[in-house]
Amino acid sequence: MAVDAEPEVAPGATADPQVTLDVRDLRMRYGSTDVLDGVSFTARRGQVLALLGPNGAGKTTTIEILEGFRMRSGGHVDVLGVDPAHGDERWRARLGVVLQSWRDHSRWRVRELLAHLGSYYTPYSTSQVRRPWDVDELIDLVGLSAHARQRIGQLSGGQRRRVDVAIGIVGRPEVLFLDEPTAGFDPAARREFHDLVHRLTDVDDTTILLTTHDLDEAEKLADRILILAGGRIIASGSADELSRRIAADAEVRWSRGGQRFVHSTADSTGFVRELFAQHDDQIADLEVRRASLEDTYMTLVRDVESGRVDGAAQVFPEVAR
Amino acid sequence: MTSDLRPLLVASRAGLSRGRIELRQGFTNAETLWGYLLPTVVLLVVMFFARDATVPGTDFSLGGQMLPSSLGMLVAFGGLATVAAIIATEREDGTLLRAKATPNGMLGYLISRIVVVAGMGLVSSALLLVPGSFLLDGLMLGNPVAWLTLAGVLVLGMVATMPIGAVLGSLLSNPREVGLVTLPIMGLVAISGIFYPVTVMPGWVQGLAQVFPVYWLGLGMRSALLPDAMAAVELGGSWRHLETLLVLGGWAVAGLALAPVALRRMARRESGASVAARREKAMQRVTW
Repeated sequence: MAVDAEPEVAPGATADPQVTLDVRDLRMRYGSTDVLDGVSFTARRGQVLALLGPNGAGKTTTIEILEGFRMRSGGHVDVLGVDPAHGDERWRARLGVVLQSWRDHSRWRVRELLAHLGSYYTPYSTSQVRRPWDVDELIDLVGLSAHARQRIGQLSGGQRRRVDVAIGIVGRPEVLFLDEPTAGFDPAARREFHDLVHRLTDVDDTTILLTTHDLDEAEKLADRILILAGGRIIASGSADELSRRIAADAEVRWSRGGQRFVHSTADSTGFVRELFAQHDDQIADLEVRRASLEDTYMTLVRDVESGRVDGAAQVFPEVAR
Repeated sequence: MTSDLRPLLVASRAGLSRGRIELRQGFTNAETLWGYLLPTVVLLVVMFFARDATVPGTDFSLGGQMLPSSLGMLVAFGGLATVAAIIATEREDGTLLRAKATPNGMLGYLISRIVVVAGMGLVSSALLLVPGSFLLDGLMLGNPVAWLTLAGVLVLGMVATMPIGAVLGSLLSNPREVGLVTLPIMGLVAISGIFYPVTVMPGWVQGLAQVFPVYWLGLGMRSALLPDAMAAVELGGSWRHLETLLVLGGWAVAGLALAPVALRRMARRESGASVAARREKAMQRVTW
């Protein structure tokens, strides 16, 4: 058997089986508009990636190209070693998809639908991954045990979304795509959902790519955040790396002689040293507040949207992988 | 069993069970039940009042002739309009996309649709045939050949219409356009000798009616359930079984050739964004 004649791996693709998503210079053009203009990133087994960006940044387009639901205009895309444009059903069986809005199967009961959709995955069971997920275990995992016999049309929005997630993972996917998974959730439902995502990565080593415009969510869930704006990834890294790397101004507040002062500076440590050198023990109520990730995100996106794309890309280089 | 075949068999089996489940859901849903019952009741009432009128040139009950013709019409309607409506609706609500996201899900989906539409056709036929046999005289219900012919026309009719219905449904952009399919079919029903013999129509209308499956389904059902003497008042004075087979067979071949292309083209275009866009549009319509 010729080992190098594996047709599913595109030429130049990384042979590392730990790399589940490999996107290089992805481009998407509608008419004369570039929706995606050279997006590149990779993900490894068990990683959670959050694609963060304002509405219209190209998040859904990116995820749909990776799901194989949309043809790209250019660039190289590799999902589990396969180009999604030519993915077959065997490849499809290794993916899980949760889209923004589903309202299908309203007459079906929760357990009935999960058992039905799960049955398609049985032929794709392997010695490593037993497919599909046991229905009752799955229903328990997403916290719907009390509603297993209920019609889907009668569930609340949050419960319905959990059914969507359960359907997305019923085939025990190696890669799971979640498009705006918590849109329309109340805070409690959101927290429950976050717990669920953590359980998934713990239990199955699933790679998760999720889109969100909620920074807080990206920070809580993702190992790596990719900030997408104007069709490009303008910054990427862990939440911590991003806020550290993005050299936004910090705010220094203090009082002297009963008067309050505020000063913005990029070098807060140096500024405070100087402050004490000048005024020493007259300084009171000192407070240094580093710009939050949200502040830096907002600045970044605003810069890109006002056309200062190149400036932003220079100031915020991509964190090395 | 080869490893390539097993997933397809599994998906086919899943499709069959899906069809069964959805048929059962239909029987416990008031809206769907009403959809079965209303046309049947209307048809039975019309036949009942036409039972004493006679088919021109004979002393056979006009109501009695309407019953088999209406069976043919129901098969045509189910195969064309119901299939088109199901596809348009399930594209909008994301059912089709869900099938696309499942390995071999499209195969299972199509099989389940065949089961559902065929099952609905059988139920509607029975709902019409059973009370009709009590209300109307002269039908050949005691004859096994009649039942065989009826079954044959039913199956051929479904194969001739369902793929065409799927093609039509894949061309509609939303369920509110189903009227574009339903209205022309109603027009065809009016000229196809379902409620009144086609022989009274002008020649060009007769010609037009004979191009489409509705006329032939009505004729085929009449040939099954009416006494042979009634063939005399048909076009050409015969049941024209060969021609029925040829025309319906032609539609079946055309449909089976076109449907996979049309469905594949439609499925390829399905994405989360397109479902969301259609949903948005539907919501706007509601607010206006």
